[in-house]
Amino acid sequence: MPTFNLKINNQTHTVEADMDTPLLWVLRDQLELVGTKYSCGIGQCGACNIHVDGNVMRSCLLQVSQAEGMKITTIEGLSENGDHPVQEAWKDIDVPQCGYCQAGQIMTAAAFLEKNPNPTGEEIRNAMNGNICRCASYNSIEEAIKVAAEKLS
Amino acid sequence: MSTSDKFTFSRRSFLKTSALASGGMLIGFNLFNACKEEAKMPIDLSQLNYNDFNAFIKISPEGKVTIFAPNPEIGQGVKTSMPMLIAEELDVLWEDVYVVQAGLDTENYKNQIAGGSQSLRQNWEPLRQTGATAKQMLVNAAAARWDVEASTCTAKQGVITNANGETLGYGDVVLEAAQLEVPEEVTLKEPQNFTIIGQETANVDIDKIITGKPLFGLDYKEEGMVYASVLRPPAFGQVLDTYDATAALTIPGVIDVITIGEKTRKYFEGERTSWTAKLSQSDKVVVIAKSTWDAIKGKNALKATWKQDSEVENSELHDEKLMGILDGNKFRTRRKDGDIKKAFAEADKILDRTYESPFLPHNTMEPMNFFASVTPEKVRLVGPVQTPEEAAKVVSGLLGRDLEDISVELTRMGGGFGRRLYGDFVYEVAEIADVIKKPVKMVSSREDDMSTGVYRPAIKYRIAASIKDGKVTGYHLKEAAINGNMYGLIPNFFPAAAIENYQVDTANYKSNITTGAWRAPYTNFLASAEQSFFDELAEELGVDRVKLHMDLLEKAKSNPDPKIEYSPERLQGVLKLVVEKSNYGNTIAEVYQGLAVYYCHNTHVAEVADIVMTNGVPVVKKVTCAVDCGIVVNPLGAKNQIKGGVIDGIGHTMYGELTFNNGEPQSNNFNSYQLIRMGQTPKVDVHFVKNDIAPTGLGEPTLPPVGAAVANAIYKATGQRLTKQPYMNNLQAEKVVG
Repeated sequence: MPTFNLKINNQTHTVEADMDTPLLWVLRDQLELVGTKYSCGIGQCGACNIHVDGNVMRSCLLQVSQAEGMKITTIEGLSENGDHPVQEAWKDIDVPQCGYCQAGQIMTAAAFLEKNPNPTGEEIRNAMNGNICRCASYNSIEEAIKVAAEKLS
Repeated sequence: MSTSDKFTFSRRSFLKTSALASGGMLIGFNLFNACKEEAKMPIDLSQLNYNDFNAFIKISPEGKVTIFAPNPEIGQGVKTSMPMLIAEELDVLWEDVYVVQAGLDTENYKNQIAGGSQSLRQNWEPLRQTGATAKQMLVNAAAARWDVEASTCTAKQGVITNANGETLGYGDVVLEAAQLEVPEEVTLKEPQNFTIIGQETANVDIDKIITGKPLFGLDYKEEGMVYASVLRPPAFGQVLDTYDATAALTIPGVIDVITIGEKTRKYFEGERTSWTAKLSQSDKVVVIAKSTWDAIKGKNALKATWKQDSEVENSELHDEKLMGILDGNKFRTRRKDGDIKKAFAEADKILDRTYESPFLPHNTMEPMNFFASVTPEKVRLVGPVQTPEEAAKVVSGLLGRDLEDISVELTRMGGGFGRRLYGDFVYEVAEIADVIKKPVKMVSSREDDMSTGVYRPAIKYRIAASIKDGKVTGYHLKEAAINGNMYGLIPNFFPAAAIENYQVDTANYKSNITTGAWRAPYTNFLASAEQSFFDELAEELGVDRVKLHMDLLEKAKSNPDPKIEYSPERLQGVLKLVVEKSNYGNTIAEVYQGLAVYYCHNTHVAEVADIVMTNGVPVVKKVTCAVDCGIVVNPLGAKNQIKGGVIDGIGHTMYGELTFNNGEPQSNNFNSYQLIRMGQTPKVDVHFVKNDIAPTGLGEPTLPPVGAAVANAIYKATGQRLTKQPYMNNLQAEKVVG
C-alpha cells in the first residue's frame, strides 16, 4: 500500500493508505484527529471541513494522495489552547446543541473571517450556507461570527 | 405543586453515602425508585455500581463537586441543566462543579431515557431534594464539630457558617458528613433565592466541542477495534436472497464478510409489526475491516440479490390508502363530547379541510453507530443511544447472556430527534461482536442511515368545523396515518373543552415501512394542520384570529374539564405575549404575519412568523416565539432549544419529504434531501412568560406550531392556503399576489 507524507497541524505524519482514501478517514481512523466529523461523505454538509493551504475544504472529497505537500489544519490545530477568536466567540455565545457539526462550522468561519474580517450579515450567511446544522443553531452561529469579527478587529 | 414544599418521606429510601478511600464524600442516589436495603455504597470510584444507585455525587476534600450525570445527552442540554438542579440546592459555586456522563449498568434504572422533553420535568423535584439532602448532611457535620445546633448554621456557596461567624468549607467536613444519618426532612429553596437555576449557563462540554476532542460514538476507539459496515435490504418488504463477497474480500483492509440477523429475528419472533421486527426480517451482510473507509468500500463491493417478503409500497399507494381512510367510516373514536352529528346537521356552514404530510427521516448529523465487545465474561456496549436500558435488555436476550454481564456506556450523541430511541444498531453490533469475538464498531454511512430509518409516518388529517349563528358549534378531527400516529392524551389537547361538540377519530394503514417517534412525535404535523385550520376558521367567521382563540380559551376556562392536558390560562398568556412582542395585527408594508398557538410536551407556545416575498418566493424573515415552560432553568440552553425547534420546524415543513418507490426510499443523502441551511433561516426572537411553576422541557414544543405560523403568513402574502407539506413543493407560483 502506498505511503504519504502529510503536513497536518504543523506536524509531519507518514501514513499508509489506498490512493483514493478520503483524507477524512485518514484523519479520523489513523491519526485519531476525530474533531473532523463524518456526516454525508459527499461534500454536502461541511461537518468534515478543514483548512488546506488556508482555504476551507471538504476532507471527505479530498483524496489522501492529493493532500501531500499541502498545509493542512484541522480543528485540533486551529489554535494551541482552543482560544482562536472564533472558538472564543463560540464559547461566549454557547453555540452548540448536540455539537457534532460545530468543528466544521468553526473551520468554515475561521477561514472566512481570515479573508473577510468585517463581513455583513448577508456575507456571513452566504459563507456559512455550505454547513448544515441539524439542531439548527444557525442564529447563534451568525451571532458568534459577528462576535469573532469584533475580536479580530 | 409549590416549589418550596417540605419533603418528609424518608431520605434513606433513595440516598446513601460513603467516605471514599481516596478522600471525600460519595453520595449515591436513586431517582424514581428506592435503593435496595442491602445496597452498599462503594468506597472506591472505580466501583461505582449503577445497579444499586443510578447517579452519584462526589464532594472532594477541596470542596469540588463531581456529578455523574445519568441522562443521555442528545443536544437538548440536560447534561448541563440537570446538574444545575443539584448544585442549586447543594449550594455550591457552579465553577466548582464537574459533570461526568454516567454509564448504564442496571436493570433498576427505569428513566435513563432522553425523549419526550421529559428529563427536566421528571427530575425537577428529586434532583433538588438530593442536593438539599447532601447540603443538610454537611451542615449537620459542621454543627457537630462546633457542638452547636444545626439550625443555627447556614451554608452558602460551599461554605458553612455558624452563629459566631466561624466558617468551614464543605470539603472540611465531608468525611464526617459521610458517616451521618441521612436526614428525614429537608427544605428546598424558594425560587427567588435561586442563584444557579435561571442563570445563563454554558454547555458543560463546550471546550471539548470547540477543540474537536473525542466525545461522540463515532469518535470512540479501543485497542484492537475493527470496523463494520452493514448491507441491509434496499427496500422495505425485501429480504436477503444470495450474496457474493468475492470482490469485497479482495479489497485491502477488508478482514471478513459475515451475515447476521438470525438472533435478532428469533428474539422478536412472532412479531411482524413492531419497528424492531420489521428491521430484523432480513439477514444482513457485514463487512469487517481495518478502517471505516475499508468497511464502506467493502460494502459497496458486495453483490447481493433480494427477494420479496412482503409488499413493496409506493408513495402513491400510501396517499390513496390514507385518503381512502379519511373518506371512509372505520375509525377508532378517541374522544367524543356532545353530538357532532347533530351540530353538523344543524350548522349554517361547515368548513372542511384535509391536510397532508410526508414521511420524514431523522437525519441526525452523526449517523447511527455503536461499539460492542463480547467476551466470555462481559458484553460491553458503548455509543449513542437514547434508550440504554432497553438496548441492554434486548442484547441480553438475543445473545442469551445474563443482564448482569451487559454494560452500556453512553457517549455524547450527535443529535437524536427520536431516532436513537430505537436501538436496532445496538442489536446489530452485538450480533457482529458475538460472531467475530473482537471489539468492533458498526458505522452506518449517510446513505444507510437515511434509507433504513424509523421514519415519522406520512399522516393526513381531515378537520371539519360546524358554524351556527356565527359561532363554532362542532369540531371533528380525523387522522389517517401510516402505522398510526396519535396516542391517548392528544385528544385532550386544545380545542377539547373549548368547543361543545367535539370528536377525535383515528385510523391507520399498516405498512412494512418502519415508523416511530420524530421530534415532537404525534403533534409535529397535527399542530400545523389544526392551527392552519383555525386561521381559516377565523376568516370564515369574520372574526379576528386572536379574538377567536381568546374566546375559545375563555370557554374552556368556564367549562373546567379535569381531563384536558393544556392550561387555557397559560395558552392565553403566551398568545398575549406573542401578539405584543411581534406587533401582530399591525400592518407593516410588505411583511406578512402568521400566527399559531399550541400546547404539547407540557409546554405552552405561541409563534408569529413574519415573511416577505422575494422574487415571488416567500422568505421567513423572523419568528417571534412566546414560551411558558415554567421556571427557566438555563436560559441559554432554553433559547438554543427554542430557536432550534423553530428553525428545524420551518425546514421540515418547507422542504422535508421522503417518498418511496417499490419500497425503496427515494432520497438517501443531502443532495437529494433538503435540510434547512443558514441562508433560509429567520431570526428567532424568544420571550418567556415569567412564573414560578415547575419547569417543563423544551426539546420539542416549539417545533409543531411553526408550520402553521408560516402557512398562515404565506396565505396573507399569496392568497394560497397551503395544506400539503412540504410547502415549497406545493406553492403555486402563478397565484402569488404579494
